[in-house]
Amino acid sequence: MSISLDEVRHVARLARLELDDAEILSLQGELNALLGHFADIQAVDTTGVDPQSHAVAIQNVWSEDIPFETLPRDRALRNAALTKAGLFVVPTIIED
Amino acid sequence: MITQLTATELAQRIARRELSCREVAEAYLDRIETHDPTYGAYLAVCRDVALEQAELAQHRVDRGEAGALAGVPVAVKDNISTDGIETTCASKILQGYVPPYDATVVRKLKEAGCVILGKTNLDEFAMGSSTENSAYQITRNPWDTERSPGGSSGGSASAVAAELAPLSLGSDTGGSIRQPASLCGVVGFKPTYGRVSRYGLVAFGSSLDQIGPFGRTVEDAALLAEAISGHDAMDSTSLPNPPIDRRNLKSGSLKGRRIALPKQMFGEGTHPGVLSAVLAAVDILKREGAEFGEVSMPTIDLGVTTYYIIAPSEASSNLARFDGIRYGPRAEGGKGHVGMVERTRAEGFGHEVKARIMIGTYALSAGYYDAYYVRALQVRSLMRQEFERTFQDYDAVLSPTSPMPAFKIGEMSGDPLALKELDFCTLPANMGGMPGISLNCGFTEGLPVGLQLLAPPLEDERLLQLAHCVERALPDATRRPPIP
Repeated sequence: MSISLDEVRHVARLARLELDDAEILSLQGELNALLGHFADIQAVDTTGVDPQSHAVAIQNVWSEDIPFETLPRDRALRNAALTKAGLFVVPTIIED
Repeated sequence: MITQLTATELAQRIARRELSCREVAEAYLDRIETHDPTYGAYLAVCRDVALEQAELAQHRVDRGEAGALAGVPVAVKDNISTDGIETTCASKILQGYVPPYDATVVRKLKEAGCVILGKTNLDEFAMGSSTENSAYQITRNPWDTERSPGGSSGGSASAVAAELAPLSLGSDTGGSIRQPASLCGVVGFKPTYGRVSRYGLVAFGSSLDQIGPFGRTVEDAALLAEAISGHDAMDSTSLPNPPIDRRNLKSGSLKGRRIALPKQMFGEGTHPGVLSAVLAAVDILKREGAEFGEVSMPTIDLGVTTYYIIAPSEASSNLARFDGIRYGPRAEGGKGHVGMVERTRAEGFGHEVKARIMIGTYALSAGYYDAYYVRALQVRSLMRQEFERTFQDYDAVLSPTSPMPAFKIGEMSGDPLALKELDFCTLPANMGGMPGISLNCGFTEGLPVGLQLLAPPLEDERLLQLAHCVERALPDATRRPPIP
């Protein structure tokens, strides 16, 4: 099982990473090295084993419905690259 | 000298007013100024804030209201949010980011009267085992400055070993507290998952991450663990249990304690000096009455693969938030919204972080999800079951913390996979939520060798008690490095 350059480019798009050709090539090598390892666990018999997504089994956690102060808007915006009128500014999302 | 005292001794002398909080803070701040250029443990030192906190702590001491940690300085890993103090995760993508709130552990430190000295270096977003993946600087090992302190909490480990802090906080996703503790010859403790709030810890692998303490003794680590633990409504995975209780820390005994030695953690790849130091320690503990049994736990051999599917998968999701919109610098020149996000992430993340995001995105993508991610979670279940079975017969599991002593800076950086393969002793604690601790058990070629103890989830107190007995039994456990 190995991953092609086109697949690396596809995954990079999914991950929202702009990669140059040199990075794509090096990541292809690293991903394939790891995929070689992944064969280890393909061979394990996991019939009837529940996947464990968490370290400790906790049932659904409910919190009391108590009002408390949230972060003031100016503090929430303080680290943003660009703001306007109390909002985050982003580049055009829908183009013509 | 003030900086040679343990945190416990410092706290006692402050409480008895033999030392003032300011004196202690200044002793550390001055030592950092003189010696941190050698070690590079700190990304930021906050002298003014620290002196202010020392002042406040002194008022409390004077009024007789001080807690167990009043006036004791602490260094904090730079992936833990500090209100008003830059928190970068050693990444360019968070350069200049000043959190608008404190992590719960930081709030608790402040409430306890601790003095926060500064923020310590790490592998970018805690991804790595050498602290070489920091976007800002290299951190050095106080036992040999040509060598790595380990990672990812290398700054926190190096600071405690080099007497640049009596205590520090790290985070442990696959061994990032225990492995650097081992390489720097200090104590590093990863509590049970959920006993310390993760609120304000910049998330890497949410089902694996846990904050924990570094100290020069088990007692010091327990002191800090008690202060930061306990239920927190701000973290939905926080357990309802009370804080870690250190009252019975010193009342344990090794007599009749049953300890498992998994042969998969003592394999051929283990450095001979590490192996002989750990086995020599086992002999000493036997003479003190501990009973050892060799066990076989085959899932340990699957740990690296399983972890390097699960952790990057969680990371790829967690790190999606870094998009140049709410925090961090924004890259120019990308086309439209997506182009801006793609370029910001390309410029902001280092290579290892990109690689892990790619692995995770791939493992979670259509067509591979069941083959990789779900399969890894099934193996995680099998590993947990195997540890549960072992703990039916044994109180604890003992192993080397790392199969290698501290390696030279640059020695491992050409082969990221080789470094990952060294994590096999520490990963199971994160996969199973177990508490784990590393303490020094001996030396090889002048470098410290860490011994790891693991216990079942929620047995943090018993684990600390056992570690304290082990520390007392081993002659080299608290030997200090040759530092100026």
